[in-house]
Amino acid sequence: MSADFLFGIEVIINGLMAGVLYALVALGFVLIYKASGIFNYAQGVMALFAALTLVGIMEGQVPFSHLINAIFGTEVHHFGWHVNAFVGIILTMVVMVALAWAVQVVIFKHLVNQEPIILFMATIGLAYFLEGMGDLMWGSEIKKLDVGIPQGGSFWIEENTAFLGGDDFFGFFIDRLDMVAAGVALILVLALVAFSQYTKQGRAMRAVADDHQAALSVGISLNFIWVLVWSLAGFVALVAGVMWGAKSGVQFSLSLIALKALPVLMLGGFTSIPGAIVGGLIIGVGEKLFEFLIGPMIGGATENWFAYMLALVFLVFRPQGMFGEKIIERV
Amino acid sequence: MLDQTDSYVTADGRTIGGVMMEMKNITLRFGGVVAIKDISFDIREGEIRAIIGPNGAGKSSMLNVISGFYRPQEGEVWFRGKPRPQMKPYQVAQQGIARTFQNIALFEGMTVLDNVMTGRLNHMKTGMLGQALWWGKAEREESENREAVERIIDFLEIQSIRKTPVGRLPYGLKKRVELARALAAEPKLLLLDEPMAGMNVEEKEDMSRFILDVNDEFGTTIALIEHDMGVVMDLSDRVVVMDYGKKIGDGTPDEVRSNQQVIDAYLGVSHD
Repeated sequence: MSADFLFGIEVIINGLMAGVLYALVALGFVLIYKASGIFNYAQGVMALFAALTLVGIMEGQVPFSHLINAIFGTEVHHFGWHVNAFVGIILTMVVMVALAWAVQVVIFKHLVNQEPIILFMATIGLAYFLEGMGDLMWGSEIKKLDVGIPQGGSFWIEENTAFLGGDDFFGFFIDRLDMVAAGVALILVLALVAFSQYTKQGRAMRAVADDHQAALSVGISLNFIWVLVWSLAGFVALVAGVMWGAKSGVQFSLSLIALKALPVLMLGGFTSIPGAIVGGLIIGVGEKLFEFLIGPMIGGATENWFAYMLALVFLVFRPQGMFGEKIIERV
Repeated sequence: MLDQTDSYVTADGRTIGGVMMEMKNITLRFGGVVAIKDISFDIREGEIRAIIGPNGAGKSSMLNVISGFYRPQEGEVWFRGKPRPQMKPYQVAQQGIARTFQNIALFEGMTVLDNVMTGRLNHMKTGMLGQALWWGKAEREESENREAVERIIDFLEIQSIRKTPVGRLPYGLKKRVELARALAAEPKLLLLDEPMAGMNVEEKEDMSRFILDVNDEFGTTIALIEHDMGVVMDLSDRVVVMDYGKKIGDGTPDEVRSNQQVIDAYLGVSHD
């Protein structure tokens, strides 16, 4: 096999891996949209906030230290302890559940039955609030997040695939972090599907997504379900934040990945969990392959816009996405 | 006159118990519009109680007050001898009051079986973790609930559509599935908002039979709203008649039928 062909395959594999990370963010969008009809613009910022909190907790940072120091003239920055990744993730999850509860009680409880555009605007407000909050609590410098996930290419895969090509081919380069991310995403999706299909709360969640009035009449508390859904989205955001943070450092540009989830949702449909995954993979592979094949001809840097172009094409021909529910109103 | 706790036996041999639920001077306003004006009546254990009246009389509003969807400005709802604190609809449902809706509120994307299973949510005790990990207890509970649901599905003769998504069903069957979901909760009180609206004669007969059977076999107390006078007279033990938000009649079907105010309301005599 020629080296170009093999390199193409490597591009596809790496595209799939990148797609997994897009899918993780898109998944959080789908969860909230399905259950409450809210398009949560803040999902990306939630991932950032989760990652910041995790690093802060693990490093023993004092939250709001700049504020505290400015007011009291102190010089506190660190508690002086370190927390291991497992405990850190659990504590961060507690923070994300508290955030979910606060978001529901402070904001969305008061916006029940409002227009979708109003709910959307509220999430934009939430996004900037959270970004500011993350800055205020943990500072704005780029942080390294190390939760013990192996990084760098897998030598095992390189050595065992080198025979496929000639002398100028040294085997596929696949980042181990990406492989872990793919595995985690798979487990996450299976767990979410099992949760929504087989548990009491999952059933209640689907019921609320389907019809509020009917859900109330069988004794489901909408508030509880919405807090649950925001918590789940917070958990997904945490997973996405950990993966992105470990890959490229915890920095505020992380919140911009939320925008890449938009074309993913256009492709996959806003209401489909499998759609978010498949959409993410297609965008990931699509943009890497496009850059590899067409990029050199048109000057490169196509990854910035390819996903949005693809989404636009999709919108024209299949507005509900691949797996979205087709909206047919009976006349 | 019967006392609060008196019970009696009907002509067809059913026992009607003491007062289960009592509405005391309920007034409900929407802005300046008075939907219900100072209405009081009671519902006894084991009876079928009908609320009738012309369009816009406030019947559905009354049902919504009982089920917690509306909050009356004045008056109290008493349940089994105690005043009920202000409750959210889901809390009322958890208290054992199930209902159906005039315009059908089903989970259209789910199958009939799943819809009916949601009626049993309040009978599921095992927590999230236990269920997620499918521990023995959760499994036993799930199969017990499945059995209860299958019994109701058999009872209402909808076995053949168990796995059909509700969105695909015709209107009459949807009404029956909604009843099944309400029954799955094993309610103490069942509220039916126009269970036979928009049905043909045959479907109405089926539904009437089901309502009587539910009351007879499970001893469920039923309060229903219905337009079809003939049906109401056949089904119910006692009838409340409403017109323009006020109560204009209350009693057995025979008493109500001979009440002049009721006749006027139904024949459309001018209010002078």
